Amino acid sequence: MEAGTNNAQTTGSNGPSLTREQFLQAYQDMVLIRRFEEKAGQLYGMGLIGGFCHLYIGQEAVVVGIQMALKDGDKIITSYRDHGQMLAAGMTARGVMAELTGRATGYSHGKGGSMHMFSREKNFYGGHGIVGAQVALGIGLAFANKYRGTDEVSIAYFGDGAANQGQVYESFNLAALHKLPCIFVIENNLYGMGTSIERASASHELWRNGEPWGVPGRRVDGMDIAAVHEAAEEAVAHCRAGKGPYLLEMMTYRYRGHSMSDPAKYRKREEVDAVRKTRDPIEHVKQILLDSGVDEASLRSIENDVKAVVNDSAEFAQTSPEPDPAELYTDVLLEA
Amino acid sequence: MAIEVLMPALSPTMTEGTLARWLKKEGDTISSGDVLAEIETDKATMEVEAVDEGILGKVLVAEGAQGVAVNTPIAILVAEGEDVPDAVAPAQSDVAKNISHSETTAETSSAKDVRPSPLVTGVSSEPEKEWGETSEITVREALNQAMAAELRRDPDVFLIGEEVAQYQGAYKISQGLLAEFGENRVIDMPITEHGFTGMAVGAALTGLKPIVEFMTMNFSMQAIDHIINSAAKTLYMSGGQMGCPIVFRGPNGAAARVGAQHSQCYGSWYAHVPGLKVIAPWSAADAKGLLRAAIRDPNPVIFLENEILYGRKFECPTDEDFILPIGKAKIERSGTDVTIVSFSIMVGTALQAAEQLAEQGIQAEVINLRTLRPLDTATIVESVKKTSRLVTVEEGWPYAGIGAEVAMQVIEHAFDWLDAPPVRIAGEDVPMPFAANLEKLALPQPQHIVDAVKALV
Ligand SMILES: Cc1ncc(C[n+]2csc(CCOP(=O)(O)OP(=O)(O)O)c2C)c(N)n1
Ligand SMILES: [Mg+2]
Repeated sequence: MEAGTNNAQTTGSNGPSLTREQFLQAYQDMVLIRRFEEKAGQLYGMGLIGGFCHLYIGQEAVVVGIQMALKDGDKIITSYRDHGQMLAAGMTARGVMAELTGRATGYSHGKGGSMHMFSREKNFYGGHGIVGAQVALGIGLAFANKYRGTDEVSIAYFGDGAANQGQVYESFNLAALHKLPCIFVIENNLYGMGTSIERASASHELWRNGEPWGVPGRRVDGMDIAAVHEAAEEAVAHCRAGKGPYLLEMMTYRYRGHSMSDPAKYRKREEVDAVRKTRDPIEHVKQILLDSGVDEASLRSIENDVKAVVNDSAEFAQTSPEPDPAELYTDVLLEA
Repeated sequence: MAIEVLMPALSPTMTEGTLARWLKKEGDTISSGDVLAEIETDKATMEVEAVDEGILGKVLVAEGAQGVAVNTPIAILVAEGEDVPDAVAPAQSDVAKNISHSETTAETSSAKDVRPSPLVTGVSSEPEKEWGETSEITVREALNQAMAAELRRDPDVFLIGEEVAQYQGAYKISQGLLAEFGENRVIDMPITEHGFTGMAVGAALTGLKPIVEFMTMNFSMQAIDHIINSAAKTLYMSGGQMGCPIVFRGPNGAAARVGAQHSQCYGSWYAHVPGLKVIAPWSAADAKGLLRAAIRDPNPVIFLENEILYGRKFECPTDEDFILPIGKAKIERSGTDVTIVSFSIMVGTALQAAEQLAEQGIQAEVINLRTLRPLDTATIVESVKKTSRLVTVEEGWPYAGIGAEVAMQVIEHAFDWLDAPPVRIAGEDVPMPFAANLEKLALPQPQHIVDAVKALV
């Protein structure tokens, strides 16, 4: 299997379903994630970020495409590979970078770190370090939407590795049983740490994993922003109409190691290089934009703007204070 | 604009590594994201990616070099047409300075000055509020009335669990609730504790207030990850943004003759966890007053009931607003000679022992903890200062149990008042046996307490 495999069920974009403005916006959002992650990798290398740090490089089209189909009030939850989701949800690069470096100005005041960030304001419910936990929590977000009688939907992102957890199937059943407006998004980047999907799952068509419960599923080329967006629109419409959950398998690829220290022995460099060269989601959008007549200079100006935002976030993080020692004891319990 | 590329660290503990190979050579054009080199330690390999663009002006550390210190400049990027600066100072870069700066802060910032004593509540001197008239009800009725009252009071409260709705509750605690509140608020769940607990926690993070009934607390182990990792820790990990107002309740401890997998006490398991509150009521009044407080509390609360007590009758205030504070123990019987600290069904056992001791002229003070976390240390300590002796009684295993914590609190706060070492009475350190005689031997009996006290006094 390879990223964005052209397979009978894989839907690619059939002509641009997005306007030029939308492509431009998507380009900017994706470049922001890529540059942000590169900077995070650099700060990690300098010892300014510690512990686990899972980069999203290569998978940018997935979150950006899905985010474009959402509206205010829709809720998002994901795993530890969460920086891209947060930026796409509109959380600030400054707040995220400051959290990565454990500073008081971070989204969790330095008490969460890379894997545990949240924003009540942006309806981003984390950042979860336990593989698969966010799926059950995610149907809870959808349960709340339904309980309150809104038409909001919830997105629960998880990996191909997480798709083997029992609670994922408990969640499919519960969501289908109670018709919860939850979109399950499997980011199939072909590996869970160093274990390829072939070695971990007897099911290689993850989009069909909800079938026993009647959860409709689609496999989508997750390197193609327009395809992602089109599938997300369909899934969102299904959920908003009260028809219950929907499953999207996004075929994607992570360029970097699982986290920062990765033995890199489980896949060949040629495999990574080939995806980078032929299927890069950002290059793909860039080409569409150039073909549509956008000039190089406009793209460069977007890139420069993004770079300024990222550099500013790194500067902000490094000059922000560490949390006050008294913070150690706050936020354990709320005052009754 | 020459930019130094520094030797990165693969982990916070890495101090040096091998520059395994260069993937770009001098003169190559670099865009950000390009892999420049590979570095290695004995544990892992990592790619060094360019964050800036330019031309690889000079390679400063050759391929194959070992023991390259983290943050050493390994290459220089220059702009088109720019010369490589001659003097490349291998001195501290700004970033390196920044790192050592943050290390010093960590060293000098001592948390000692701000440490609170979270385990001591210190509210015990306040007398308990008088609630007036009482009537006799069972613990089951008390729990049922508490849920009904809170479901009426707050539309964000709902009840989920196995058999809670149509079946009226596996132990009939939710009898009648479906009829009054409807299927949107009293919701049957499939046998899927991990899934529905996660779902309830997710809903609570949005501000809803679920009551999760476990058919027995034994099955909460299927869901313990969500209780601890998702419910108890999210407020902290989110810097105070995401509270989790949720109650996990169900029968706990030994039932009768159901064997090892259905008989154990989770008091010490859950009381271990910061971010949780843990309640273990004894009487109908405890059950009603504390369940109402648990449902209103903005934090995750574990509510440990006892199946054998469900049918027992107690006097309970009839006042519609009756509620009890979390974190406050109750002195069930005053005495001067020994303090017996207990909770849940063992309060009854302790009271029986106190009766027998009184006949022999020994006045025992019996404390019903009611809340296991936060522990009402003040009430315990005050009592021990009066009696100078401590016996703890619980049904759970002795090792790292609630008794161990209570004894430690007394040692910390009233050591000089003790006339004898504290004694703990607990369930035997074995899985619960099935045979009636063995089961009885495995659980604390009044006689054990009487004997322990007589040896102390
Ligand atoms: C319950 C649990 N088991 C194991 C781990 C360690 N772990 C962290 S990430 C990971 C791989 C998950 O892979 P996948 O779901 O494909 O997500 P990806 O990292 O590819 O985004 C593992 C095994 C964990 N965090 N939680
Ligand atoms: Mg994966």
